[in-house]
Amino acid sequence: MKIIVDRTKCTGLGICESLAPEVFEVDDAGDLVLKTETVPAGTLADVEEAIAGCPTEALRLES
Amino acid sequence: MGPGHLVVVGASLAGLRAVEAARKDGFDGRITLVGAERHLPYDRPPLSKEFLDATGEQGTMPAFRTEEVLRADLGVELLLGTPATFLDTRNRAVGVGGQSIGYDALVIATGSTARQLPGMRGLDGVHTLRTVDDAVAVRRALDTGARTVVIGAGFIGAETAAAARKRGLDVVVVEAQPTPLVRAVGETMGGALASLHLRHGTDLRCGVSVTALEGEGRIERVRLSDGTALDADLVVVGAGAVPATDWLEGSGLTLDNGVVCDETLFTGAEGVYAAGDVARWHNPLFDRPMRLEHWTSAAEQGALAARNALNPAAARGYSTVPYFWSDQYDTRIQFVGIPEADEISVVDGDIERDHRGVALYRAGDRLVGALAVNRPTEIMKYRGLITRGASWADALTFAQTRRKARETAHA
Repeated sequence: MKIIVDRTKCTGLGICESLAPEVFEVDDAGDLVLKTETVPAGTLADVEEAIAGCPTEALRLES
Repeated sequence: MGPGHLVVVGASLAGLRAVEAARKDGFDGRITLVGAERHLPYDRPPLSKEFLDATGEQGTMPAFRTEEVLRADLGVELLLGTPATFLDTRNRAVGVGGQSIGYDALVIATGSTARQLPGMRGLDGVHTLRTVDDAVAVRRALDTGARTVVIGAGFIGAETAAAARKRGLDVVVVEAQPTPLVRAVGETMGGALASLHLRHGTDLRCGVSVTALEGEGRIERVRLSDGTALDADLVVVGAGAVPATDWLEGSGLTLDNGVVCDETLFTGAEGVYAAGDVARWHNPLFDRPMRLEHWTSAAEQGALAARNALNPAAARGYSTVPYFWSDQYDTRIQFVGIPEADEISVVDGDIERDHRGVALYRAGDRLVGALAVNRPTEIMKYRGLITRGASWADALTFAQTRRKARETAHA
């Protein structure tokens, strides 16, 4: 499963980072960095919560 | 629960998330979504931010879903522009537009309404900023170059002032408290953030209150307690919000600054749960009742309230570290946790001088809050620490590590 960020929507609010910090991190400039492009084992539920929790609906999964 | 009728009262973020969660979990019964506004569910945070920056008719309503998605894909019956008028828990019914609608499970998500000021009704040019209709009216006034007075230096007020300044308009912000944002971030940091207004040419007047709104049918001036009269074409009232519980009077639910709920958002009436701004629930993480007016908690509570209402036997508690953000001028302000603290320590940067830095909030020996100003990479790390119940000492050590790493990176 690949994680896709829509850069036109993301504003770096960081909710994804707080829900799945092993995958998402907002950098110093406020841009979202994917620490990995695919969902690490055991984190799917967290990643799905992060996707649901994104206020700008900028995240999705692609299989 | 097998097929039945889920009624969700309140068609904003929490209500939308309630119906979406129900369908996601496979609920195939009937769902009715009741909204006081005539609009489809839309996103409120942009209304005081980028929505105000658009001019004329550009900048559309930030609707979450199309009507087709709601009706066809999610199978939701929409009753919009029809506020609920009563709740009868004994007969399990909600009053909407003169009829009584039965429910098997009910989610109350009626949100909050902007607090009005005495004398503002009947005066054109005076607005609160809560709904998209409010935002359209405020934007139209800004389009005409209105001399703007903002009452209340909270987030709505500050964001509105920033939008007016961005257009080069004169803005006065009047705040009754000695510093802005006291309830949100505490007095010390509220004072530090006041400098943002000064830097951007907003005339901030703290410690004065409004004594009268004057004009013949339309606002002409605002009178203050220090005797000043401010000429104005537009007045935006950002005086906070009150939970929308009027329709629940006499329902038997406990109303006390919101609908009082337990950890699972259960109201005490069978099948009835509450979510979002209207819900005052027990947050186990801080072991206290809370009512939040934040995007994140509205979204999360909406989904959980529906799940718990449909399957009470497996109801889960809602535990969260509150999070909110605000964009003012070119500054992003983020806060996690709670601002009531025994001590506040700036651990990175200088918030007042540079509008950049991190402040930590201590209660007892625990980290309970963190404020980040233009430090977007820091904030969620502290949310993690608060969630894990980190001690103050651990938080300070962590902050030192972060600061050193930053200095090394910039060396």
